[in-house]
Amino acid sequence: METLERILAQHQFFKDLSPEYLTLVTGCASNVRFEQDQNIFRVGDEANQFYLIREGRIALQLFSPDRGHITVETLSEGDILGWSWLIPPYYYVFDAKVLDVTRAIALDGKCLRRKCEEDHNLGYELLKRFSSLLEHRLETTRLQLLDLYGVRS
Amino acid sequence: MASVLELSSDRTEVAASPMLPRPFVIKKVRRETEDTFTVELDPREGRSRFEFLPGQFNMLYVYGVGEVPISISGDPAGSTLVHTTRAVGAVTKAMAELRRGDVIGIRGPFGTSWPVAEARNKDVVFVAGGIGLPPLRPALYEILSHRESYGKVVLLYGTRTPSDILFKDELEQWRARFDLEVFITVDRASAGWRGNVGVVTTLIQKAGFDSRNTLAMIVGPEVMMRFTTIEFIKRGVNPDSIYLSMERNMKCGIGLCGHCQFGPVFICKDGPVFRYPQIKDLMVKWEI
Repeated sequence: METLERILAQHQFFKDLSPEYLTLVTGCASNVRFEQDQNIFRVGDEANQFYLIREGRIALQLFSPDRGHITVETLSEGDILGWSWLIPPYYYVFDAKVLDVTRAIALDGKCLRRKCEEDHNLGYELLKRFSSLLEHRLETTRLQLLDLYGVRS
Repeated sequence: MASVLELSSDRTEVAASPMLPRPFVIKKVRRETEDTFTVELDPREGRSRFEFLPGQFNMLYVYGVGEVPISISGDPAGSTLVHTTRAVGAVTKAMAELRRGDVIGIRGPFGTSWPVAEARNKDVVFVAGGIGLPPLRPALYEILSHRESYGKVVLLYGTRTPSDILFKDELEQWRARFDLEVFITVDRASAGWRGNVGVVTTLIQKAGFDSRNTLAMIVGPEVMMRFTTIEFIKRGVNPDSIYLSMERNMKCGIGLCGHCQFGPVFICKDGPVFRYPQIKDLMVKWEI
């Protein structure tokens, strides 16, 4: 049976993280499963966790009174869900709705924040990884905004 | 005065001229989305099949309106010539109004083709953005008809919205196959859409190909192709195994008029399909 530590070690996000820090991170991790149409979190919820998606699909959504629930991005196997746990005031700004049954590893943000405060090197390691993730998401969001497939006027 | 034989010979030469359109009869017109349509054509004279290579294009002439370059979107082994395009300019808008039995002029096929032979024994990843799916479809047909000669085959397709998805029925059939993986994503979702949302480049990491033995074929807006290429290279795909189909203002189709000049190359003659390193430096030069 695969241990949580082994699963985390194999994930691209934690690639090259030292065994010592991996053990620390694993101490804040747990296996979770979400059913179809379940909301993992909603806008305004306290952001105390992020997730490594192992299987399934999740829609990041916003609700607009005139347009209903609009999906802005879909996440699936291998993706990271949630970074609001890292940035004050620690509240989610999107809804996360399960499209297909999802298995993930939940990482306790409060637990990680505490460990990062105690050991800034761990904090730096995590920030480097989240910076890279944020840069990638920003790049793809910018491409989305370009409306590349639209007809030129 | 020229003899009958000489005249006949001259006419044959003229008929084979790449500048002279051949009349084709519209057999079927099918609306794909609100602004895209597919025409199926048969030669007006003779019954010979239209031979072409996947990735090539024709110049389509709507009599009295004008001529436009359009990629061939049908099966190279099929019996009819198929083109799919968006009604966006004067010629394509006029073409969209044509009906079964109407005649248009065809010059071609022109240009380079997708490297379907080079892709043998490799994983093949097709990436199409928007109206980029039609130029890729002939290569996909070709590979699926010799499926055993290829490794994993994946189609990644991104469009603007769910209602812009082309060839919906065919995509469903392809999705049902066990030997082809199809991922579709849209940039903007309408409420109720349960599919993927996000740019097509985000699908590359989901495709699960062997990066050391993969050939990628990409068509779409240039910005999309550039970022898609970067993503493939980031994941270890050899730049020499990445092919793109470019588009410029093709007019003559044979590299004479210069309208489609792209730095030192002509898209109509040296392309439209290029190996990435051939045009890598040109793609970031906005001056040309």
